[in-house]
Amino acid sequence: MLEKRFLALEQVSIAYPGPPPFLAVKDISFTVEKGERFVIIGPSGCGKTTVLKAIGGFLHPIGGSITLEGRPIRDPGPERPMVFQDFEQHFPWFTVLGNLIYALKVTGRARGKEAVERARHFLALVGIGDAADKYPHQLSGGMKQRVAIARALALEPKLLLMDEPFGALDAILRTRLQRELMNLWHHLHFTLVLITHSIQEAVYLGHRVLVMSANPGAVKELIDVSHIEEMDTRDFAEVTAHLRHLLVQPRELVKEDKHKHGL
Amino acid sequence: MASSLPRILRLGQRAFARRLLLAAGLLVLWHFAVVLLRIPSFLVPSPISVVQTLWQDLQSGALNSALTNTLRLLVMGVGLGLLGGIFLAAFSILSTWGRDLLAILVSVFNPLPGVAILPLAMLWFGLTPAAIVFVVTYGALWPMAISIDTGFRTVNPTLLMLGRNLGLRGPRLVKDVMLPAALPHLLSGLKIAWAFGWRTIVAAELVFGVAGAQAGVGWYINQARYFLETPRVFSGLVAIAFVGILAETLFNLIERWTVERWGMKR
Repeated sequence: MLEKRFLALEQVSIAYPGPPPFLAVKDISFTVEKGERFVIIGPSGCGKTTVLKAIGGFLHPIGGSITLEGRPIRDPGPERPMVFQDFEQHFPWFTVLGNLIYALKVTGRARGKEAVERARHFLALVGIGDAADKYPHQLSGGMKQRVAIARALALEPKLLLMDEPFGALDAILRTRLQRELMNLWHHLHFTLVLITHSIQEAVYLGHRVLVMSANPGAVKELIDVSHIEEMDTRDFAEVTAHLRHLLVQPRELVKEDKHKHGL
Repeated sequence: MASSLPRILRLGQRAFARRLLLAAGLLVLWHFAVVLLRIPSFLVPSPISVVQTLWQDLQSGALNSALTNTLRLLVMGVGLGLLGGIFLAAFSILSTWGRDLLAILVSVFNPLPGVAILPLAMLWFGLTPAAIVFVVTYGALWPMAISIDTGFRTVNPTLLMLGRNLGLRGPRLVKDVMLPAALPHLLSGLKIAWAFGWRTIVAAELVFGVAGAQAGVGWYINQARYFLETPRVFSGLVAIAFVGILAETLFNLIERWTVERWGMKR
């Protein structure tokens, strides 16, 4: 049970300041265990990115608590690196290698020759060792996302946060990067919290999938999909169908109205 | 295909050659206009006498030292303006007080031209290079602060989040993320500040000018006017134009080495 509380959100509510103030997330609770791949899925505007930003320390809840290994999260920090959806998430004035080295140096993870070696190691791990000396603007979208994953993993994260990392990629590249991410996980066993709006991605990548409903964001259902490792199986199809059913239900309009005026 | 064209037309295809040709044509026109219309040389000298004077003063060092003096003060003034602009913009992005301070300072001082501050600078610093540096700094500070502030405020939010994710905050976030990210804005601000500074410094030197070993190019022109040495006035103007072209080239090179190489050019 103690292991289950590696990352714990308890009754977390998050609001954006107004006017008028907007309650984005209300009373969300869940825990993520060490080494788990935890996926949050939900319709646009359900507050899933808000939850991830709060875990990242970029936003502060107005109620409830977020703890990592029992310690409350207050600020952003390199033990919780985030991979963004935005391709432009590298410093354009550094090369690819330079971006990783800078991240390692400024966070005190490694310096000098060690930083260079570690940066090269992780770039090779995500399959872009050849692009080390290029500038970010010379890379394709898929390569930029690989660099972001390499940077995050090189920091030896306690918790890897990913905000729709493959959302802006074409379907083929998306599937390929999902597989690569799984291979990396089997290799390194990092703890992952990933946001997506793709049902297929959620079922394939997650041990557990948290389904959120909107207005305000809340937990709708928590589904264990850890037994599903491959797409194109009967289990995969069943869970996918269930999730699709959950996500495309008509919205509860009365409830939505109540909460809009509630804050 | 191209090689079968007459030589003169092939030249016409190359922008640089075309411009060189045009410039030469204008010089020839100037020369013959002066000769044929018998314009007295104390009004408009021929280009040949201008080039002769230019060469002569470059040999004697009179023009070089004037140019060096002016450029030294200009670089100092623009440099101080750049530093001040960075600090003002950083203060403005880090606190709401700083933001309001910059807004007030810019709205009051930006419309007030540097030359207008000159009498005040002379009262405070006397007829010294410090007065000129002060005026140039003043002129460079506001465009620099505005450009850098705009640059800071338009940094891609994802880059800021990345910086914070790596544990950066406050001045360190400004220095490591915002400042390089604002480089395109900073460079265009620098170009404006340089152009302002150039105009201001020449005007300031024309108005009072520091004499002797520290005299600048404005003084050089004014002296020539005093002694009715019109070719010398022209050679001063040519020198100013030439340095302007050099500066433009230098800024373009800096852009190519930095923001263009990094794919940041707007």
